[in-house]
Amino acid sequence: MLKRPTLWIIVAVIAAFAIAPLLGGVGLRESLFLAAVYMVLALNLNLMIGYTGYVNFGSIVFFGLGGTIGLYTITVWHWPLWAGMLAAAVVVGGLSLVLGLGILRLRGAYFALATIGVVEATKAFVSNFDPFGGSTGMYLSFTSYKPLGGPREALWVIYFLVLFMLALSLLLGLWIKRSRFGLGLFAIREDEDAAVVLGVKAPLYKAIIYSTSSLLPAMTGVLFFFKNGVIQPDQAFDLTLSIEAIVMMMLGGQGTVLGAGLGAFAYEQFRGYLLTSSTFASFHLVIAGALLLLIVLFAPGGLMGWIHERLPRTRRVLE
Amino acid sequence: MLGVLVSVINGLLVGAIYGLAAIGLTLIFGVMNVINLAHGAMIALGMFALYFITTGIGLSPYLALPVVFAGGFIVGVVVFWVAVHRVIGRAELMSLLATFAVSMMVVGLGTAAWSTSPYNVQVHLPGLTLGRYTIPGNHIVAAVAAVAIAALLYGFLYYSRLGKAIRAVASNRQAAELMGIPSAKVLAIAFGIGIAIAAVAGALIATLFPFTILSGANYELKSFVVTVLGGLGNPAGALLGGLLLGLIEGSVTPFVSGSWTPVIEFTLFVLILIAFPRGLFRVGRGR
Repeated sequence: MLKRPTLWIIVAVIAAFAIAPLLGGVGLRESLFLAAVYMVLALNLNLMIGYTGYVNFGSIVFFGLGGTIGLYTITVWHWPLWAGMLAAAVVVGGLSLVLGLGILRLRGAYFALATIGVVEATKAFVSNFDPFGGSTGMYLSFTSYKPLGGPREALWVIYFLVLFMLALSLLLGLWIKRSRFGLGLFAIREDEDAAVVLGVKAPLYKAIIYSTSSLLPAMTGVLFFFKNGVIQPDQAFDLTLSIEAIVMMMLGGQGTVLGAGLGAFAYEQFRGYLLTSSTFASFHLVIAGALLLLIVLFAPGGLMGWIHERLPRTRRVLE
Repeated sequence: MLGVLVSVINGLLVGAIYGLAAIGLTLIFGVMNVINLAHGAMIALGMFALYFITTGIGLSPYLALPVVFAGGFIVGVVVFWVAVHRVIGRAELMSLLATFAVSMMVVGLGTAAWSTSPYNVQVHLPGLTLGRYTIPGNHIVAAVAAVAIAALLYGFLYYSRLGKAIRAVASNRQAAELMGIPSAKVLAIAFGIGIAIAAVAGALIATLFPFTILSGANYELKSFVVTVLGGLGNPAGALLGGLLLGLIEGSVTPFVSGSWTPVIEFTLFVLILIAFPRGLFRVGRGR
């Protein structure tokens, strides 16, 4: 148990997230809610960039499309929330599996460009597609919150559902990292041609991980926009948030579960501080950009990479 | 019918400017394998540079272009030494993020200084009248300027000593270094030229349409589409790609609502990238 404490760290983190807002109140819950959403995005992106070495610049498309499909089923077909989440996961997971088989034939910069294209194409399509509300988006009516016990109670339910998504993301990341499948992904990251020669089914593995990394963000997207009460394409498919997710993952350390989670948490706190402070509010982009540049130039391994380098023995302990 | 023809001509004229903007992007990629995500921010800076030169000094917008070019070159060289120099040759993620960081800083400062409300540069030129339709004069001049600048760049790359050095470093940095070419300086110059071209393209766009500090992002995406049409790292292909994108936009506009154009563009972008990752045209000698 003490040799591989990552699982217990995860349990402790989830417990802390569950208990803190019960003590700290609604304000703390809102802050932790956003942190948990960011952590889900960064952790799942880590499966692609950190584990497989494919730079997905457009991971936000999973979140946005999931939210769009979920809210469509909830507002138009009056499905319950859980069914909307399931529908979002099935549709987004299926689409990304098919898409992944296509665009993952591209490598390096070409792949990164293609993922940007996917976000923009999807955003442009959703903005024009009238059933999804076009560019004005979709609005929830208050009655949608009734099955959860009214708007006030719904916020708590949604918080714990997002927390559940966070727990799943952490466990999924850890499980893949320790599995044979994960080993195949690492082999692809280090040298794809060599991995193929050694019998790793690279195209299939890549498509599976691309699709897997879409499921939890899609469901979290439904929760996020369900809580929001409204979804608009410009907001749902925001390329900046997609890149911010990369920053979070880099900040904590790509390729590590705890690092990606910690990075997202720290970034959310930092961003919240910048946005609310009177001196930095209008310069938060500038400061975030400078921070990103410093990480890229001087600490590409992020916080975990730095710790691993200083204390090599932590490499096996903090996964 | 004439309406469609005018729309196609207009599309081609704007397409030439898309092509010029994309040349800035593709030159940098071709020479140092860096996708410059600060491209849009630099286009936006070019727009604002033109605005302040024309309103501040009262210079004609077209005479201001060399000033914008020189300014863009200096900014580009500074950005290279600060952000790009250290990430060349490392994983793609690093150069993508380093240039994106620059973009965040520029857009952040620009938003703080100039807000996000639209600006425009007044240009009065007689247009070309075809029946009921008019092709605006500023579109024609801007397109001609774009093609002329592209031609100048082509001549520079193929016939000047420095241009040849840039191509040598692009094709094999180590071998170029062994031949006595200071490759880091050459890369800095190439990056500066790439940014300068983006800024000039931005200035030309500013003579056609109103703009904000955020407009650059849209033209950056168009530049990606154009580069992919023309083949990444291929300047001559980029100009043709720009014309092709303009042709698509011009011929689609009369028939479907304008908001569908990006759907077509980006779907085409992804499909072409999957099917022809080296671009549609393999013109020139590439790199």
